[in-house]
Amino acid sequence: MNGVHDCGGMHGLGPIDPEPNEPVFKEDWQRHMFGMFIATLPAGLFNLDQVRHAIERMGGAAYLNTSYYEHWLAALETLMIEGGHITAAELEARKAELAKEAA
Amino acid sequence: MAHDHHNRPLTDVELRVKALESLLVEKDLIDPAAVEELIQTYETKIGPRNGARVVAKAWTDPDYRKRLLEDGTKAIAELGFSGLQGEDMIVVENTPKVHNMVVCTLCSCYPWPTLGLPPVWYKSAPYRAKVVADPRGVLDEFGTKIGEGKEVRVWDSNAELRYLVLPERPAGTEGLSEEQLAELVTRDSMIGTGLPKPH
Repeated sequence: MNGVHDCGGMHGLGPIDPEPNEPVFKEDWQRHMFGMFIATLPAGLFNLDQVRHAIERMGGAAYLNTSYYEHWLAALETLMIEGGHITAAELEARKAELAKEAA
Repeated sequence: MAHDHHNRPLTDVELRVKALESLLVEKDLIDPAAVEELIQTYETKIGPRNGARVVAKAWTDPDYRKRLLEDGTKAIAELGFSGLQGEDMIVVENTPKVHNMVVCTLCSCYPWPTLGLPPVWYKSAPYRAKVVADPRGVLDEFGTKIGEGKEVRVWDSNAELRYLVLPERPAGTEGLSEEQLAELVTRDSMIGTGLPKPH
């Protein structure tokens, strides 16, 4: 699929800005995101091409304005819902519960 | 290891991750202990030191170097590095005439068993966009100097195929052991944005 992810050769995206001694994960949620992703992958609920396609369906603006593991999160949410493993309503309800607990 | 901070409200992304994880656990799709073990493997065991061992062996063992260039996947597996995101490996060799660089323009494909998880810049649009159009400009941004006359080859990875750069052995390292040589091999020298440390 053609889209903003196909960015080879594009101009004006800013400096590369490599960070010396970058940790493997910068934040705890990224660790969890990575972990649940590679734990679900071998179960055969989806494959990597579906993941990339789900990321590519985020929309150009969302794609460019979110970080790498947010792409994974969006993809896993999409694939779990589309695969019938969870529902969007369950996810929203759980989020609301957790927000209440944390408040 | 990072800890939860209860003194601030969770961000939307944190809430989404927690919500999804708790639902997947509840539905028996993931086992939290197995997840933690996987995460720790990538935090502590799988990283660019693996790739450095491959490179140092290729520098000291001509037969291994030959096998590595002929069938990267198999030669890398000889050292025990294989699996997820390293199923099909091609090793590209830097020479006095050629400098190789690796990218995944479409996403973030990267040889996990030899280099670990990719750094943020590798997965971000600026590097992916620029390296295929202006690789020398990218080398400048990294402060990496290669000869003016060198040909630069940029390899675009994909979901099936991953590349590892075999950098040139630094001058004056004839007396070093394989272990000492491995210390000179940086992550970026195996992506092609850097060079090994000088001796």
